[in-house]
Amino acid sequence: MAFDEMYAADGSVRPPYAGVAKWLAGVNPEQLERRRLEAELFYRRGGITFAVYGDTQGEERIIPFDIIPRILSSTEWAKLSKGLEQRVRALNLYLADIYGKQTAVKAGIVPEDLVWRNPAYRPEMAGVAVPHGVYVHIAGIDIVRIDGDDFYVLEDNARTPSGVSYMLGGREICFRLMADLYGAHKVAPVDNYPDELVSMLRSVAPRGVDNPSVALLTPGQFNSAYYEHSFLADKMGVELVEGRDLFVKDANVYKRTTEGPKKVDVLYRRVDDDFIDPLAFRPDSMLGVPGLFGAYTAGNVTLANAVGTGAADDKAIYTYMPEIVKFFLSEEPILKNVPTWRCRDPKELSHVLDHLPELVVKEVHGSGGYGMLVGPQSTKSEIEDFRARLKANPETYIAQPTLALSTCPSFVASGVAPRHVDLRPFVLTGANGMKIVPGGLTRVAMREGSLVVNSSQGGGTKDTWVVDL
Amino acid sequence: MLSRTADNLFWLSRYVERADYLARILETTSRLSVLPAAYAGEGNEWKSALATAGCLNAFLAIYEKPTAETVTEFLAFSEQNPSSIRRCLETARFNARAVRTALTQEMWETINGAWLDLQKMDARDMVEGRISRFTDWVKDVALRIDGSGYRTMLRNDAYWFSRLGFYIERADNTARILDVKYHILLPESSAVGGGLDYSQWTAILRSVNALTAYRWVYRESLRPWLIADLLILNEELPRSLASCYKNIVECLDSLAGAYGRQGKAQRQARTIHTSLDNSAIDQVFQTGLHEFLTNFVADNNRVGAAIVEQYL
Repeated sequence: MAFDEMYAADGSVRPPYAGVAKWLAGVNPEQLERRRLEAELFYRRGGITFAVYGDTQGEERIIPFDIIPRILSSTEWAKLSKGLEQRVRALNLYLADIYGKQTAVKAGIVPEDLVWRNPAYRPEMAGVAVPHGVYVHIAGIDIVRIDGDDFYVLEDNARTPSGVSYMLGGREICFRLMADLYGAHKVAPVDNYPDELVSMLRSVAPRGVDNPSVALLTPGQFNSAYYEHSFLADKMGVELVEGRDLFVKDANVYKRTTEGPKKVDVLYRRVDDDFIDPLAFRPDSMLGVPGLFGAYTAGNVTLANAVGTGAADDKAIYTYMPEIVKFFLSEEPILKNVPTWRCRDPKELSHVLDHLPELVVKEVHGSGGYGMLVGPQSTKSEIEDFRARLKANPETYIAQPTLALSTCPSFVASGVAPRHVDLRPFVLTGANGMKIVPGGLTRVAMREGSLVVNSSQGGGTKDTWVVDL
Repeated sequence: MLSRTADNLFWLSRYVERADYLARILETTSRLSVLPAAYAGEGNEWKSALATAGCLNAFLAIYEKPTAETVTEFLAFSEQNPSSIRRCLETARFNARAVRTALTQEMWETINGAWLDLQKMDARDMVEGRISRFTDWVKDVALRIDGSGYRTMLRNDAYWFSRLGFYIERADNTARILDVKYHILLPESSAVGGGLDYSQWTAILRSVNALTAYRWVYRESLRPWLIADLLILNEELPRSLASCYKNIVECLDSLAGAYGRQGKAQRQARTIHTSLDNSAIDQVFQTGLHEFLTNFVADNNRVGAAIVEQYL
């Protein structure tokens, strides 16, 4: 049985959901459907869309929005946010270490080959002093609940985590459509996120820059997260630039404007490492800026996130995060890891092969719910196919028990029913400390029993309310 | 602002203005085409519509004969015609999506909403009497995009580039419609008189939204040279060449003021404006209306090119 965030085992309503329960008792399905349609219209008209790669049919799709908010009490949040800060501090220290003194490897905390042979490790970054020592400026940590006591980290996202515009969009809808329910709660605000983001970005400008100019670098309008890029640039009041709008001269970065070239000091880049600079990384990239990496290592521009952060967030390093936290911070990890088998270890591999139908097996470098096996929901032949792939390249896989992700009441075709959810809070780290807006993006698997919450796989989103009880 | 952003704003407006103009051509043509031959003349109105839209050759490469169906399809919906209303609105939306941060929420929602509506329409809906519903919709979209920009945009360079797009395109369109119809505006043709010319003249005025304006300005029945005067030299008429250039000069001056620099675009635009200001309509007819309009279209293109070169 999955942990139900609204109802206790005896059928009573848990305290954070008292307001929701009362409200649900007073609305009928027609009213809910009307609000659901209005929410959909809000997304459509606003062009709040995403693209699914490899899908020629719907170039732009909207993510289903579930109007029933997910509730966390402020006490639960206090514990979770402490854990998130700890986790991201450790990620930053770990990155500074692998690109610097390499103490963690030398102490045997993480196996050497996992660090150096990791495709996301950038040898070019070794010895580079990143501005203010920050690597992961924006982190998205995926959190799941299995019981009432603990929060588990499912995945760290330290590259270019997305989804925050859906957190903000969801809140906007709740203002508009759910005023009755919203007004009955003391909900902690999230709409200051763009302000926090831009002041963090300004704080990490190269030293000596007085009034830093910030820009958001997007791959362009065919990227699946383009809406989010334009939304964030707009809300922050910074220029949304593409590679072709920038050029590098004398190791400085400039944008082409109607008044001639203007210097850029901080780039919130939503372009992956591989594509940011054809001279340094993939030579065939049309999305980046030739010479950008040189300007970066010369210390004339800040990239957020830093180059090479992917070396800290893949699923193989994930399994070592508890040790990494202890090693760098000398603290007990507040957030737990989901128990994980490393298939690179022959003993653990044979356990995984023996229990495939019960396990979730993931590619170490995969994301977006692609390339994974959900044992209990797969057919015999799918499992056998996967077994062959696993045997051929065991080191590229990890396995986890099929977690009974917690459920929240959600409005679906059959009415209000529990659906599995996860949570992605966004953690900002700047020169002056860390900031997390209370809440995050709750993703919900809209299909009954489904555990896959990724938007590319039919997942939806919900607003997340941190409330004072 | 980014040069690319300015470029997108400029073209966004041009495409919206062009869509509006095409809708007006379709509307006036379908009115003319239902008139009895005695009034409408022997000429093929649908062919003339293609000439006015500047795409007769492109049309003939695909279709054999200009008819109500083929021309409507071509001007309104064709994917093969890069200047069909559909393609204009799609390109406008593409440009808008690329510069969302430079648009207000209201403008974006108007453009995106129009694009979404467009997905549900096609040429098969354009049978009998439906054309006017479609052209009304297009004109309404253009009004709302124009109006939402006017009401909500900050008065800065983004606004001026977007306005420049409207005025440059509008001047081009007005000059083109006059040029295609110039033969019926020539003084000697007034000798023909009768119903034919009258419906042609009203058609011209309608296509630039100026039929009522004519009556208010001149307070007499339609005279071809007065129609030319209104559309070329009268600064009160928003679609006249003179009015477009008054606005183009203003926008370019605002840009020069904000950036602290004058350039070729400012100089060229001012020259055109001054020469329109100092002309009288009988002079225009003396030099030859067709020559005058051909020169104007070329000059207007040069101003567009100067803007691109200087800023974009």
